[in-house]
Amino acid sequence: MNSRTLLTLAGIAALALAPAFVYPMLMVKLLCFAIFASAFNLMLGYTGLLSFGHAMFFGTAGYILGLGMKHLGWSPEIGLIAGMAGAGLLGFIAGAIAIRREGIYFAMITLAISQLIYFLAMQTDWTGRDDGLHGIPRGRLFGLIDLENDLALYGLVAVCFVLALAAIHRIVTSPFGQVLTAIRENEPRALSLGYDVARYKVLAFTLSAALSGLAGGLKALALSYESLNDLHWSLSGEVVMMCILGGLGTLSGPVAGAFFVILLQNFLADKVGEWLSVIIGLVFLFCILAMRKGFVGELSQRLAGLRGKARAAS
Amino acid sequence: MTHVLETAGLCKEFGGFRAVSDVSLKVREGDIHALIGPNGAGKTTVFNLLTKFLQPTSGTIVLEGRDITGEKPAALARQGMVRSFQISATFPDLTVLENVRVALQRRSAPTYAFWLPGRVLDRLNARAMELLELVDMQDFAQTRAADLSYGRKRSVEIATTLAMEPRVMLLDEPTQGMGHEDVERVTRLIKRVSAGRTILMVEHNMKVVSGICDRISVLQRGSILAEGSYAEVSADPRVLEAYMGSDDADGDIGAGGEP
Repeated sequence: MNSRTLLTLAGIAALALAPAFVYPMLMVKLLCFAIFASAFNLMLGYTGLLSFGHAMFFGTAGYILGLGMKHLGWSPEIGLIAGMAGAGLLGFIAGAIAIRREGIYFAMITLAISQLIYFLAMQTDWTGRDDGLHGIPRGRLFGLIDLENDLALYGLVAVCFVLALAAIHRIVTSPFGQVLTAIRENEPRALSLGYDVARYKVLAFTLSAALSGLAGGLKALALSYESLNDLHWSLSGEVVMMCILGGLGTLSGPVAGAFFVILLQNFLADKVGEWLSVIIGLVFLFCILAMRKGFVGELSQRLAGLRGKARAAS
Repeated sequence: MTHVLETAGLCKEFGGFRAVSDVSLKVREGDIHALIGPNGAGKTTVFNLLTKFLQPTSGTIVLEGRDITGEKPAALARQGMVRSFQISATFPDLTVLENVRVALQRRSAPTYAFWLPGRVLDRLNARAMELLELVDMQDFAQTRAADLSYGRKRSVEIATTLAMEPRVMLLDEPTQGMGHEDVERVTRLIKRVSAGRTILMVEHNMKVVSGICDRISVLQRGSILAEGSYAEVSADPRVLEAYMGSDDADGDIGAGGEP
């Protein structure tokens, strides 16, 4: 058994044992944002595209799930799938528009589209506007498992988390992932080899949006509540921060980054109040300056260095 | 003899500055055709126009009888005309084998399949190794492209380009910045891969040009000054003057020396 399989099994064991030590709803929140950051990493880390509007996918899926389950009597699995489909469709449209521009302009267009969605949600009655969408029922998964039980809900989120990471791993190692890597590494060369670069980017954007939608749907389901905050640009910024803190282009980096940011928010919110953003800002600054590759990137580099030394010594 | 690639009255202006002016180029099938000229003569601009990385202000480009003036770069590559770049264009973080495989993948393996495992690409490995053997790079298959010497990166790039099975290859300064040995290696390589295809290259090194090129076009200030075999062109007084009049040591056509 190699070290990678061992780490994966250890991770799954930790997920199974976690609710015995950590408040399940905190774990649910952590995992939702970990999925979101991992989905975002598919864009920034693996494709090299900085989207600054990813909250639109997170929030849109939350509203779709919330509205469907509250008013149309959808079951949770339908709500989640519909949320992912809606976010993916929105991702396809936003991607197709934004992909015409590169770098900062790409980021600005994604921001503009997400602001458009934000104001649409604010102006529409059925989103509940500033009050948010309250009273989303958690329902029964497949008509069998009652999700009102926090542990059952945690189980669903944990399974989705594992599946999402597995999907991302498959995507980046697939034939499509190989093309994405080539595009990230040298776009003009990929173009000269006959690849319609824009199409691959739009597909990556769509997949990333759909997975972000899974995260947003799960969060709305867990909290029985969806608000405009989940569409807000500050969340789009936060997910960039999570990815960079943890380490871009690694599978576990965004997970570590999301855990770090959310835990910091949770533990400090009632102690330092307004100073929270200052502290997070300082931490971010420190990490950018001291750890270029994020927590996970630095750690794996150190470990590789140690292993190299050990080999040289023996 | 038929012309594979032809331009008529090709012009490119950058905000009033005419970088390329009325260039009519005819590249014969099966030739190694060189585009030479002093620095700033517009060689790379012509190159970018031909491969559609730039859009001409006026004029037409015809590839094998089809007007390709309005085509996109990726479409052109699929029609059999593939370019290389002035600065070595590899995928630095991929291995040498993967570099070649990415090119093979576009022609004969799934490229959008995000649900398939990466090992479906392994069936391309044999063909990729063949191409690497052709450029003497088989021993470096598992090396990251970024860790190779400059000359070897060039070889990888040529193998990658060959994977596209192009009928027309455009090489932008294939020996630029190389040491003596690498220049010879790459020159031999270009000669070897020219069999059965047409090559148009921008080149500074006159030893390379005189050694392997069948036909030469001399570019000066955006226009074609002379065209012909090396013997014809190097005897042309206008060409000599163009080269003497510039400080371009690389392009000393009279001496036929090295850079």
